[in-house]
Amino acid sequence: MQTQHTMRSFDDELNYLSDQIAAMGGYAERMVAESVAALVQSDAALGRKVVEDDLFLDEKEREIGERAVIIIGKRQPVADDLREIVGAIRISSDLERIGDLGKNIAKRVVAVTEGSQPIRLFRGLEALASLALTQLKEVLDVYASRSVERIGFVRDRDEEIDAMYTSLFRELLTYMMEDPRNITACTHLLFCAKNIERIGDHATNIAETVHHIVTGRQLPLERPKEDQSHRVVAAPEN
Amino acid sequence: MSANENNGQENQDGVERGLVARIGSALKAAGALFAGARSNGKAEKPRPKKGDINSLPAVYLAAAVLDPLYIFDSNGGILYANEAADLAFGPVSKSVSLRLKFRAPEMHELVAKVISGAEESVAINYAERVPVERAYRVVASRIGNDTGLYVLLFKDQSEARRIDRMRADFIANASHELRTPLASVAGFIETLRGPARDDPAAREKFLQIMQNQTQRMARLIDDLLSLSRLEMKPYQKPSTQLDVVELVKGVMESMRHIAGENDVEFVSELGVKPMLIAGHSDELVQVFENLIENACKYGSDGERVIVSAEQASPMDEVRITVRDFGPGIPEEHIPRITERFYRVDIETSRIQKGTGLGLSIVKHILTRHDARLSVKSAPGEGSSFTVHFPPVPPAG
Repeated sequence: MQTQHTMRSFDDELNYLSDQIAAMGGYAERMVAESVAALVQSDAALGRKVVEDDLFLDEKEREIGERAVIIIGKRQPVADDLREIVGAIRISSDLERIGDLGKNIAKRVVAVTEGSQPIRLFRGLEALASLALTQLKEVLDVYASRSVERIGFVRDRDEEIDAMYTSLFRELLTYMMEDPRNITACTHLLFCAKNIERIGDHATNIAETVHHIVTGRQLPLERPKEDQSHRVVAAPEN
Repeated sequence: MSANENNGQENQDGVERGLVARIGSALKAAGALFAGARSNGKAEKPRPKKGDINSLPAVYLAAAVLDPLYIFDSNGGILYANEAADLAFGPVSKSVSLRLKFRAPEMHELVAKVISGAEESVAINYAERVPVERAYRVVASRIGNDTGLYVLLFKDQSEARRIDRMRADFIANASHELRTPLASVAGFIETLRGPARDDPAAREKFLQIMQNQTQRMARLIDDLLSLSRLEMKPYQKPSTQLDVVELVKGVMESMRHIAGENDVEFVSELGVKPMLIAGHSDELVQVFENLIENACKYGSDGERVIVSAEQASPMDEVRITVRDFGPGIPEEHIPRITERFYRVDIETSRIQKGTGLGLSIVKHILTRHDARLSVKSAPGEGSSFTVHFPPVPPAG
């Protein structure tokens, strides 16, 4: 991207692709933020808006896919150009998935807020969401600025998100044991928390793709696997 | 600020447009020069004639604007960012697309609208949620008629937004936290007027409890105010450098009495080598006071608190660690201890006169410093809280 091609139109095509990724990123960031806000403020209208926003991401993902195929066919790109284009395809599909997860959170707004829920139920979820959002923003900023030296940081945060998710899992379980009337809301919130945790994973995927685009090398495989919620059980401790 | 607040958005738009128009006309005058310098690649430094507005180069003027400002071309490529913009949104490399830098859908629409030429000047509200909540009024305008250049100007409105947010937060959090001690005081007053009226021993005991509760409320209010003051301050990356080792030593010195009260001994492994970081010293003192105080209170079983500093090379991050040897924090609580009013053990926290806000304040300050907090702890082995500061960029 730093150097120019003899054909200016090729540059334009590549820039168009990255602009579209940026547009998708902006939508995905907004959907995640707004879906959690809708949940916390029990704002059903905002929830419906988020569901509608998902259409944009679906369409854009297709468009980027088609464009990319056309560019590959027409220009026969190699090396960093090829990585750029293939990377765009992969990032757009991660962003599309993030949109789906955001949409899924938004769909649960009505169910969760049916009975009025105490604010403490949402505090942990908000904190988790803000971690995941920071992660997503940071990753997309790295895509924009190509400053891959910040990527190590992104993986650290993934670990933090997983730890937070495990803790939230326990907390929601406690509320359910305390009072069975909490079960409906808490089960939905559990799915929401899982969705947010998945959003963090997709952001980490994007980070890996960006690293590959810029350096041409893959990040080493050892991804942090800190999610320990599968070990949390409801049985009383001895 | 407060006087302007009520004048309504339209009036404000008018003021902004006026400013943009003024910048615009000066830019237009210098437009040819600017475009010329760009196309032949060799940037000839335009020199303004003394006192002559017509020869004032655009970049001089743009640099003098105190609000973040970008100049971009009809492809959306950023040609110029002033200092305020670099400070607020981080530096950009040349000709990066504005659409990549600002991804929000409303920003894309704004840029598309003004580039398409449908409107000469468009304004929107723009908010960033993470890492620090910020809100802006953004105006995009075409510069002159045929320069092919556009300007994007940000007006910080975070303060108004924060005040709103604070009010909501206060009602949600504080009312609940204040009500508990208040209810207990009210209960004791009732008892003192009724059943315990003639019982001096009970009276003394109850008055003592009431005093503890009112002190608790006072501390809570202090902490809440300090947290909201932090939130009120406009977000600005610290630019002054200071020696963090010196600062931590000062904090430890001033906290000897707390160590004494809790029967712990300070062990300093800070060394003598200065370590430079960018920061506000008042705020950082608050960070280390909170961390060291926590270590003394919750780690008093361990009888000592170790404060250490490390930095592998001047290009690496600076790490300051406060380590105690108390009971430690169960794993599942660690990710959440910086949340407001989150308490690992409500009983211990009450005994130690904690408000549940200390680590929130710490986290808040560190976020503003681009620094982060990491916590290592295992039950029975104590806890260590490490603050990671980014290295200061080399001078120049």
